Amino acid sequence: MSLLDFARGPALEYAFAIFLFGILWRIASLFLLPRAKDRSVPRPGAPAAAVSAARGFVRHMWLRPPYGQSTVFALVNGYIFHVGLAIIVFGFGPHILFINGLTGLSWPNLPSGVISVVSVVTLAALAAALVRRLTSPVLRLLSGFNDYMSWLVTTAPVLTGLLAVSHLGAKYETLLAVHILSIAVFLIWFPFGKLFHAFLVFVTRSQTGAFYGRRGVQI
Amino acid sequence: MSEQETIGELLVKRGISRRALLKYAGYLASVMALPPTSSTAMAQALANARRQSVIWLSFQECTGCTESLTRSFSPTIEDMIFDLISLDYHETLQAVSGYAAEEARMQAMKENKGKYVVVVDGSVSTKDGGVYSANAGKTNLETLQETAKDALALISVGTCAAFGGIPHAKPNPTGAVPVSDIITDKPIINIPGCPPIAEAIAGTVAYLVTFGKIPELDHLGRPKAFFGDTIHDRCYRRPFYDKGLFAKSFDDEGARNGWCLYEVGCKGPVTYNACATLKWNGGVSFPIQSGHGCLGCSEPDFWDRGGFYKPLSSWTGGNAAIIGGAAAAGAVVGAASALLARRRKASASGEKGS
Ligand code: SF4
Repeated sequence: MSLLDFARGPALEYAFAIFLFGILWRIASLFLLPRAKDRSVPRPGAPAAAVSAARGFVRHMWLRPPYGQSTVFALVNGYIFHVGLAIIVFGFGPHILFINGLTGLSWPNLPSGVISVVSVVTLAALAAALVRRLTSPVLRLLSGFNDYMSWLVTTAPVLTGLLAVSHLGAKYETLLAVHILSIAVFLIWFPFGKLFHAFLVFVTRSQTGAFYGRRGVQI
Repeated sequence: MSEQETIGELLVKRGISRRALLKYAGYLASVMALPPTSSTAMAQALANARRQSVIWLSFQECTGCTESLTRSFSPTIEDMIFDLISLDYHETLQAVSGYAAEEARMQAMKENKGKYVVVVDGSVSTKDGGVYSANAGKTNLETLQETAKDALALISVGTCAAFGGIPHAKPNPTGAVPVSDIITDKPIINIPGCPPIAEAIAGTVAYLVTFGKIPELDHLGRPKAFFGDTIHDRCYRRPFYDKGLFAKSFDDEGARNGWCLYEVGCKGPVTYNACATLKWNGGVSFPIQSGHGCLGCSEPDFWDRGGFYKPLSSWTGGNAAIIGGAAAAGAVVGAASALLARRRKASASGEKGS
């Protein structure tokens, strides 16, 4: 079995199985946990929890004035690579085919040239995020294996994908195999590391929004 | 035809001019990407060379490889190859049969000991001692071992001989293997393809006769001159691939516009062969030009790579039991851990209350 056949076959299959196992394990264990009842008295005129949750989510999408401009770079850079990743994953023809094979869903693809440009920008943003993490003393202190690993498994597929599409550095079948294997590693790491924020971000921000909406004073 | 006669003398007898030989050598040099200056040297060497004794063994195959060579659209080229070699044994082409045929093989082996080339098309059955494919009372396995013993080199023609091919496809009921799995102490040139391109067979044999050595091979034993580039590297639809313009089905707008066939399963990007440059039927067309994706027939296990119409970027797995089982197991483990937390909480509040 060639490396490509291994990558397209067993590697992806088992990686996907581990991904699903992990996702369902974490979601089930989280949502079925006993929840403490909020016994606090809601502040006067507090909106419904769902409204506060939605408001909180939206409000967290941009900087609040008290934070000033100190984190504007991290925020904008974060947006760049998150949007970039979404465009690459959902806009590139071969990726749509991959998703189609899994789910049966399909939609029109973007031109390959656009994807290549977006990939380069995304890579640059990811590199900038790493540089910032390594050069900021506070961030460096806060960062651990989980952060670096999550960065690595996110960046590797973008880099290997770009190399595969442009046929750079090795034979296409090797590049494609390495790209698919890097996705397999991404899928395996996803549920267990910080990448799981892709799911939890909706839960945590909504929860915080609901919490703030009920307690405290009117703002 | 005497074995001692040089190819040049034989060609003169046949009325083939030196000019024609030079043209042929020039053609071979160009398809094998040899420097243009080598064509004169090649013609000279060919004229003075003795005809190469060749024993052609056909095993588990469909005769498509022989058909490709003999029914090629450019008969002068492939006719010429039969002037370069002394085809001492070929079950499909030889007139004699039975005992006389086997005698011819034994005689060629004896007379040209250490100097003859064995060409094999078809895979070798090994299961149950190789009983699933036999000729003249001998299994292919025995015939191959016996014939290859005193050979100069072997040429595996077609994907079956080179990599096992279709007989080797799952579930491989006959235990089919490529020639290289059986013969490990002789140089082997693989010329895969289902069938292989006639020029690749002819060019390789001519190179062997002319230079008396094996051409440069890739990691799978294929002559780099013919298998150095992928179909995708030389495909005329490549600009559409680069632009992201893909046919989504065989009769949509994209297909009619001649867009890239990647999405309908083309294996061109991972297939090394010369179809896109040499083409078929005298250079008329090749599968992609005729509207169908490349099947990847010159690559190992091309039959078992997840389906001809599955795009390269899609996965070939899809075992519902593994995927569904993993999802169910995850949900159960998650629910169990939450349940455990609930119990712990209940017992903790019970303790507090007591
Ligand atoms: S048709 Fe096949 S070989 Fe040609 S460019 Fe598209 S993918 Fe490559």
